[in-house]
Parts: sequence; C-alpha cells; structure tokens
Amino acid sequence: MPPTDTTPEAPTPEEAPKTPLSKTPLPETAPSKTPLPHGDTPGIRFEKVVKRFGGNVVLRELDFTVAPGERVTLIGPSGSGKTTILRLLMTLEKVDDGVIWIGDRSLSHMERGGRRVPANEKHLHEMRKQVGMVFQQFNLFPNMNVLRNLTEGPVHVLGVSRDEAVERARGLLDMVGLADKIDAHPSQLSGGQQQRVAIARALAMQPKVLLLDEVTSALDPELVVGVQDLLRDIARQSDLTLLCVTHEMHFARDISDRVLMFDQGQIVEEGPPEQIFGDPAEQRTRDFLQAVLAT
Amino acid sequence: MSDVLDSFPLLLRGSWITLQLTVYSAVLALALSLLFGVLGTTRGLAPRAVSRFYVEFFRGAPALVLMFWFFYSLPLIGLRFTPMFAAVLALGLNYGAYGAEVVRGSINAVPKAQYEAAVALNLTPAQRMRRVLLPQAVALMLPPFGNLLIELMKATAVVSLVTIADLMFRAQQLRAATGETAAVFATILVMYFVIAQLLQLLVRYLERRTDRMLGRRPRKGQPELRTVAAGAPGVGGVG
Amino acid sequence: MSWDWNYTGEILPDLLSGLRITIAATLLGYVIALVLGLVWTLLQRTPSRAFNLAVHWVAEFIRSTPLLVQLAFVFFVLPGWGLTLSALTAGIIGLGVHYSTYTAEVYRAGIADVPRGQWEAATALNLPRRRVWRSVILPQAFRRVIPTLGNYLIAMFKDSPLLMGITVVELLNSAYQAGAKSLQLLEPLTVVAALFIIVSVVSSLIIRRLERRYATN
Repeated sequence: MPPTDTTPEAPTPEEAPKTPLSKTPLPETAPSKTPLPHGDTPGIRFEKVVKRFGGNVVLRELDFTVAPGERVTLIGPSGSGKTTILRLLMTLEKVDDGVIWIGDRSLSHMERGGRRVPANEKHLHEMRKQVGMVFQQFNLFPNMNVLRNLTEGPVHVLGVSRDEAVERARGLLDMVGLADKIDAHPSQLSGGQQQRVAIARALAMQPKVLLLDEVTSALDPELVVGVQDLLRDIARQSDLTLLCVTHEMHFARDISDRVLMFDQGQIVEEGPPEQIFGDPAEQRTRDFLQAVLAT
Repeated sequence: MSDVLDSFPLLLRGSWITLQLTVYSAVLALALSLLFGVLGTTRGLAPRAVSRFYVEFFRGAPALVLMFWFFYSLPLIGLRFTPMFAAVLALGLNYGAYGAEVVRGSINAVPKAQYEAAVALNLTPAQRMRRVLLPQAVALMLPPFGNLLIELMKATAVVSLVTIADLMFRAQQLRAATGETAAVFATILVMYFVIAQLLQLLVRYLERRTDRMLGRRPRKGQPELRTVAAGAPGVGGVG
Repeated sequence: MSWDWNYTGEILPDLLSGLRITIAATLLGYVIALVLGLVWTLLQRTPSRAFNLAVHWVAEFIRSTPLLVQLAFVFFVLPGWGLTLSALTAGIIGLGVHYSTYTAEVYRAGIADVPRGQWEAATALNLPRRRVWRSVILPQAFRRVIPTLGNYLIAMFKDSPLLMGITVVELLNSAYQAGAKSLQLLEPLTVVAALFIIVSVVSSLIIRRLERRYATN
C-alpha cells in the first residue's frame, strides 16, 4: 500500500509553523540557475522496519511518516538507531524486514511479476535520484578538486552538460560562500569549508530529500555556527524534505517542524520542537535532554 | 678486464633485451593485475572465484617453472611458443598474480566512507570503481608496484636458462670466451643495479605525482612495514 | 600426446630427491637470511652515519640485482679467489645472503612501525634504554614482522629453482633431467608446477592465519 501524501500525525507543509519566508517562490527567470531544488517533493514512510546488525536489533518494527517538505530532526542517545534510519534511506544499508516508502514507491523493494522482491541495483539507482546525504566526515573525494566534486555526479549520473554543471556548481559555491575555492583541493580546506562543499555537492544532484547525518559533529567548535547558518538558510529557502540527525539542540529547534525522540530503535516521543524541548512528556526524553544540555 | 670492456657492446645488447623483457612483462602483468584485482573486489561469487583461482595458481608457481612448462611441456600437446613469448607470458602471469593482490588490497583499503559518498551521489557501481575507488587506490598501489617492478626486472635474468640472449646470457657467453669470470659478473651486476635504480626513480616520480593529485604530503624516508610486506614476492597484499 | 601415468610414477623418486634438495636449500638459506638480516639492521644503526649509509647501499645493491647472477658469482668467481664451494653450498649461501637484505628491511620497518607513543611512554616511565628495547620495542616489532618473514620463506622456496643455474639438481632440475633423457617433459614439469602450487597455497593459508593471530590494530 503506497502511503498517502499526508498523514494525520504529520503536519502538511502549509500547516507547519514556518516563517512566511519559507514558501517564497524563487524568481521565475532562469530557473535552471537557482541552486535549490523546488517542486514535487515526496514524503517518506517507514512501515514496520526492522534492522539488525548481527544479533543486535537496531530498529524494531519502526513506523513513522515524514510529510512532503517536512523538516524532521531525530534525536536520542547514541546507538538508538537514528543514523541507521538515514543510512537506510540512502541505501547504504538494507532493511531486514518491513518497507520504506519514498513518495509512492518502495525504496527497499520492487514489483516483479506482481510480487514484491528486494530491490536490485537498477531500482536503487532510480530511487536514489530523489535522495541526497551530507555526512559527518564530509567524505569529499580527495582525488578531485572542489569543482569536480560538484560536477562529477551531475555530469555522469544526471547527464547534465559539463558547461551547465560548472555553471550550477558556481551558483552553489556562491551560495555556500566558497566561490573562491572552486579550484582548491579538499585537503586545502578547513573542516567547515569541506562540509560546505559537501552540502553543495549533495544539492548539485537536486535531491528532493536531504539527509543530514551529524553534519557538525566533526567540526571545531568555532566552525559549527557557520555551517548551521547555511543549513538554516537552505531549509528556509527550499521545499526539501529534510531529515536531520544532530546533537545540537538549538540547531534542531531552529531547523525542524517536528522532532522525533528515539531510544533503542523506537520512537519514544514526537512533537513540534517547542513541545519536545520545552515540555517533554516522557521521562526518557527529559533525561536525555538534561544529559545533552549539561555538556 | 680489457676483454670485458671490448665486449661491452655485447653486454649492452643483452641489457636491451633485459629491458624489453621487463617492459613487455610489466605491461602484461599490469593489465592482468587490474583485471583480476578489480574482479576480486566485486560482490559476485563467480568473478571472485575466478580471480582467486588465477592468483593462487600463478602466484604459486615460480616464474622459472612456468617458463619451462610453457617452453618445453606445452609444445608436446601442440602449443608452441617462441622463447621470448614463453618468457613474457610466464613473467607476466606470475607478476600479474602478485599485482592483482596489491590491486585488490588497495581498493579494499580505500575508506568505506568514500564508497558511501559515491553511492549517495548515485554513481553506478562501474562509475564508483572508475571515478572514486580506483584513482584513490592507485596511490596505495604505487609503492608495492614499484617493488614488484624491480623484482620483475631481476626475475628476467632467468630467461637465460631458456636460451634468450639477455644480459645474464651474454655474460655467460663472455665468461666462456674470455675466462674473465669476476670482471664479467661484476660488470653485469653493476648494470642490473643501474637499471634497478632508474626504475626506482621512475616509480618515485609517479608516487610524487599521485600524492600531489590526492593533495597528500609526499612520504619521506623509508618504506613502512605494510609496503615492505606488500612487496614481498611471497603471498603478501596490502591491507 | 597424452598424459602417461606409468611414466609419471617412474620419475617420481627422482623428483622427490630433488624436492629434498629444494627444501634443504630453502630452510638453510632461510636461517642465514634471518640471522644475517639482523646483522645488516644493526650495522645500519651505528653512531657513524657514513658507515650506516655505506652498509645501506651495499644491502641495496644486493637487493636490487638478480639472485641468479649472484649465485653465478658465488659459484664461479669465488673458486678463483681460492674458495671452492659445492654447488649446493654456493646456492644456500647465495639464497641466504640475497634474502638477508630483505629480512633486514623487514626488521627495520617492524621497529619503525612501533608507534611513537610507545617510545614516549617508556621515556615517561624513565626506563633505561636497554630495557625499552628488550621489553617494549622488540617484542612488539617481532609480532608485527612474523607474517612478513613467513612470506619471505615462501618467496625463497619459490626462488630455489634458480639453483639449477649453477648445476644444483633441485626439484626443477631433477624434473628437467628426468624428462630430457626420455624427451618427455610434459609429465615431470607439470608435476613440479603442481607441487610448487600446492606448497604455496597451503603455506599461504598458514601465513593468513599467522596474520590474523598477530594482527595489530
């Protein structure tokens, strides 16, 4: 059963508490040059998803839905399965049981002869077109300069012409404030700069869903704010569906429409950030927040 | 000694054959290394089994034994090779097997995060290998490849035993003709040493280039244990 | 022409006596390589930099020139200097000396591979230098190099056919001579190749177990 576009527990983008700025359409002229993706954003739905590593159950029959364009932050103690959710969505891991839906198509399975079978590489390739990911450790390609990191995917996967890919890369680098580093090598950049390039690289693939996996955890403290501000702007100016795993509670509060609190592979509590951070209902959430905010 | 110096052109002709043998065998070995090394990193059971079989078979047999086998045995079942062809085939297959292990180990040693970033960019499996993994693995391959190249050059001396007129073969001829045993062998040892050092310089140059390409600081000083182990013509590999 | 099992059976005793020579030469050469390698390593750690450098280049010279030529040098040249060796003895010495330059490199790299922090921790504990070497550095270095030293034993085994270049009747030469008599070289050479492959595969499995057992990090 494909998920409906919106589900009762998830607010639609219109209902979501956003600044008025959030839905400002970008100028109609030269839409191809606007760096941020817009239009037909899919939602995400987990149906009884189980993930084990060896004998260790990381996700147990997990159900949740993210509405199109919704911005959701996953919080919880380490080992609670947050990062696994992002890695499943990026097809870096396979589900052991259950189904993941992106829009109205199953990510983990495909139809063949009327039966649902595990997805093959071709299906995964098709599904990954909608998803982009920014990693904790940036993972820029050290054998390519900044420009090629940004054009490699568009040219060889999306089939964009090289000129257009370069043009788009310039726009994105401009947006992340690194226009002057276009020819630099990843190793010549600071951690914060590398992460900005990695964000631009993910956006260059024009994903509809963006996954942020503890993107500031590996940065020196003084570089964290710059990257967070950038992501805040991106969240505000695009209608990307955003899934974010972070330990920065202020950032989580700013960026998300909804917060999911995880523990031991299940959702303990969910709600708008004001509620989760202001008046959590569950003891486990209170304990976790106290521990995180104390450090 | 003067007899040896008079016959120096003969030795030069021999060293030219040695150099040719080295280059032809190295090209063959490199192609086989990449082919079977990459096969060894794939997920499919069949390609991995093929790669494993090639490596174990041709790494297990010494180049000289392979050479004798190609040269003396196979003609008896109708496969006839020229000595030069048998030699290049034996050396190439043998060193290709060592090289395949180096390639496989180097690709596996590229951080898993790089593979994951390539998946996240939706590159196809072939693009991941060609554009992300292999270019980074090259930097890891070069030092052990350098060792293998020198080993291969040294191993060419055995072709004299199947009557190819390489440097060692010419030396034996000269020794028989002049009786200047010490001078002849000392001379060709130096010639082999010079060839080895030239190859060494070439490899160092390539290492510096790939280090620059990857934005790494060139390594200084002497090779690390992993490199020494990987260059062992025993069973080593990287990682 | 097809495979002749009777003939294969007839030459087998010859091949086995060749194999005995091959194994003896490999093992004795290996002992020389292990001991002499340590000598090279120590000689490159003297207070005199010039001396260390000279030793380094001598070892480099031996390492980067063909074993076959060195064997010929030992066997054909030394008698002219009044030192006549049997072919097998010359072969064992040549094999051992050649590979000692490899084991020296393994020892050096193994010592260098012990993390700096270990030296620093030992210094912080104010251990005497001799003690640091004996109870901190060498035990760790030794663990690290065992698999690599094992590799070189296999490498020497596979290089032992070169001894036929100086008339030693080892495995390959015994096969060649047996086959040359009857002009039937398919069976003996195939058996030799098979023997080498079997020994190498089995020993590489052993080395892999060693590697797992002594794996660091």
